[in-house]
Amino acid sequence: MALDNNIIKQKLTEKFGDALTNWQEPFGMLTLTAPAELNLKVLQFLYDDEELRFRFLTDLQAVHYPDNKGQELAVVYHLHNLVDNIRLRFKVFTSIEKPDVFSATALYQSANFMERETYDFFGVNFVGHPNLIRILNVDEMDYFPLRKEFPLEDQTRIDKDDEMFGR
Amino acid sequence: MNSNEHIVLPEGSIEKQTNTLNLGPTHPATHGVFQNILELDGERILKATSTVGYIHRAFEKLAERRPLNQITPITDRLNYCSSPLNNMGWHLTCEKLLGVQIPKRVDYLRVIIMELSRISDHLICNSIVGVDSGAYTGFLYVMQYRELIYEIYEEVCGSRLTTNIGRIGGFERNFTNTALEKIERFIKEYPRVLKEFENLFTRNRIFMERTIGCGPISAERALNYGFTGPNLRAAGVDYDVRVHTPYSSYQDFDFTIPVGKTGDCYDRFLVRNEEMWQSLSILEQAWQKLQEFKGTDADVYHADAPAYYLPEKKDVYTKMEALIYHFKIVMGETEIPAGEVYNSIEAANGELGFYLISDGGRTPYRLHFRRPCFIYYQAYPELIQGGMLSDAIITMSSLNLIAGELDA
Repeated sequence: MALDNNIIKQKLTEKFGDALTNWQEPFGMLTLTAPAELNLKVLQFLYDDEELRFRFLTDLQAVHYPDNKGQELAVVYHLHNLVDNIRLRFKVFTSIEKPDVFSATALYQSANFMERETYDFFGVNFVGHPNLIRILNVDEMDYFPLRKEFPLEDQTRIDKDDEMFGR
Repeated sequence: MNSNEHIVLPEGSIEKQTNTLNLGPTHPATHGVFQNILELDGERILKATSTVGYIHRAFEKLAERRPLNQITPITDRLNYCSSPLNNMGWHLTCEKLLGVQIPKRVDYLRVIIMELSRISDHLICNSIVGVDSGAYTGFLYVMQYRELIYEIYEEVCGSRLTTNIGRIGGFERNFTNTALEKIERFIKEYPRVLKEFENLFTRNRIFMERTIGCGPISAERALNYGFTGPNLRAAGVDYDVRVHTPYSSYQDFDFTIPVGKTGDCYDRFLVRNEEMWQSLSILEQAWQKLQEFKGTDADVYHADAPAYYLPEKKDVYTKMEALIYHFKIVMGETEIPAGEVYNSIEAANGELGFYLISDGGRTPYRLHFRRPCFIYYQAYPELIQGGMLSDAIITMSSLNLIAGELDA
C-alpha cells in the first residue's frame, strides 16, 4: 500500500495524540504543527518508523509572525521520503523571548548549516547544535535581520547623497 | 599500520608541526569567493574549516518588498551559470500559487531553455574540473558552444548571463526565427563537440588517475548531508526532481537518470557528462514536439493570466483592461492570493526549492530559497580531509560550487 497523507496523519496521531495540531494540506503537502519541545521526538519518529521513512531533510528555515504573541517564530522543516516520494512540512512555534528549539543535527548532518542560517537571520537558538555561530552575516552583527521589526531602507528617503546610483 | 610508528619524535620536533593555510577567499583556483582554513601536514589536509557569506546579498529580505515579477531578477543571481533554470523555477512556483494553467507549447519552450542551461552549467563544471587537473584544451573548446547557448538566450530574452528570461505565465515574446535556427544548429552540432570533449577526458589516463578516488562520498553520507542533483547521483542515488515530481511536462519526455557508484570526482564528472547527453536527447524530443504545433497553435507563447502577465504594448494603448493590468503589474499592485507553497525544480546543482508564504498582500510574506550548493557545501571539509591539497581544489570544482547560490 502506497504511503499517503492520511496514513501519515493516522500514524502520527497514534503516536503523539493531540500534541500535533493544525493539520493542513496546502497544495497537497501535509503540514502539521508540534509543540517546540517535541520537535526532535517527532523528527526521530518520522525518521525511524519503517513505514514513514522521512530520512531526507530538504529544507529548514524560520518565519517571523510578530502578531502571534508568545509564538512569534516558526521553524519550518521540509522532509522528504525518497522511497515513496512524499513530502511533509513540519512546523514548531517558539516565543521570541526564549527561542529555544532542539537541534536536528544529530539526525541530519545537513541541518548544520541550515540551522546556523536560521539562527543568523532569526535568532532561533538551536539547543545542542555543535557550532551555532553566524554564517552569512558578519560576526559582529547584533540583530537578526530577517525578523519583521528590522526594516528595509525607506525607498523615499532623500537624505542620502548617492550620485553613483542616482537616488 | 603506520610504518613510522616506532619512531619516537622528540618534543618540539619539526615533524610534529602543522601549517595553517588560507585557501581563499580570493584564489584563482577556487573560482569564486570561498575561504577554507586548512590545517596541513606537509601536503596532506588534516582539518578544514570553511567560511561562507562573502557575497551575501540578503535576497530573502529584498524579496519581502518586491512584487512577484520583480523577484525574477533576484533569482538570476543565485546560480549565475544557469540563470534560466532559476528563473523558470521561480515562475513555476508563482504559477503554482496563482493556479495558472500553462499551455503545452510554453512547457516545451521552457524545457528547451532549461535543458540548454543545464548543458551550459554542466559544461562549465566539467571543463573547469579539466582545467584544475591540468587539461585546459577542453575548456577553451567548449566555450564556443556555451557562447552559442548564450546567443540563444540573447535572442529569446535580450540578455546573456543574468537572463531574467520568461515571465509568470510564459515568455515575453515568441521565439524568433533566429532563435529557432540557433537552437536547431545547436542540436545538430553539439553531439560532435560533446563527443570530442568526452574523448579528451573520459579514458584519459592522467585525468583518471587524478580524479578516481578523489573526494568520494558514500550514498548514505550524501543523503544525510542533503546532497541533491548530480553530486547525489554520482554517489548512487537516482533522485531527480524531473522524474520524481515532474513539472513543466517533463513526464512527456523519455530520458534516463545516470548514476555513479563511488561519489568521487570521476563519477561526478561522468554523471554530468551523461546528463548532458540526456539533456541533448530531451532537447531533440522537445524540438520534435515543437514542430507539431501548426497555425495559431504555433503562436502560443504565454498562458492566459491577464492579472500577472504583462499585456502587449499595442494593447496597452488601445484596450482599457490591458491598460489597467499593465498599470497594476508595473506598479506592483496586484494582490497575491494567500497561501504557502513549496516548489522545487531540478536545477543544475540539485533541488532548487522555493518556499513562498503569502499573506494576501502585494509581496511575499516570506520567501526562502533552498539552494543546493549551500546545503552540500557543508560536506566539503569531510570530503577533503586526509587528502592532498591539490585534491581539495579539484573536489571543489567538481562539486560545482557557485558562490552566488551559496550565499544568496
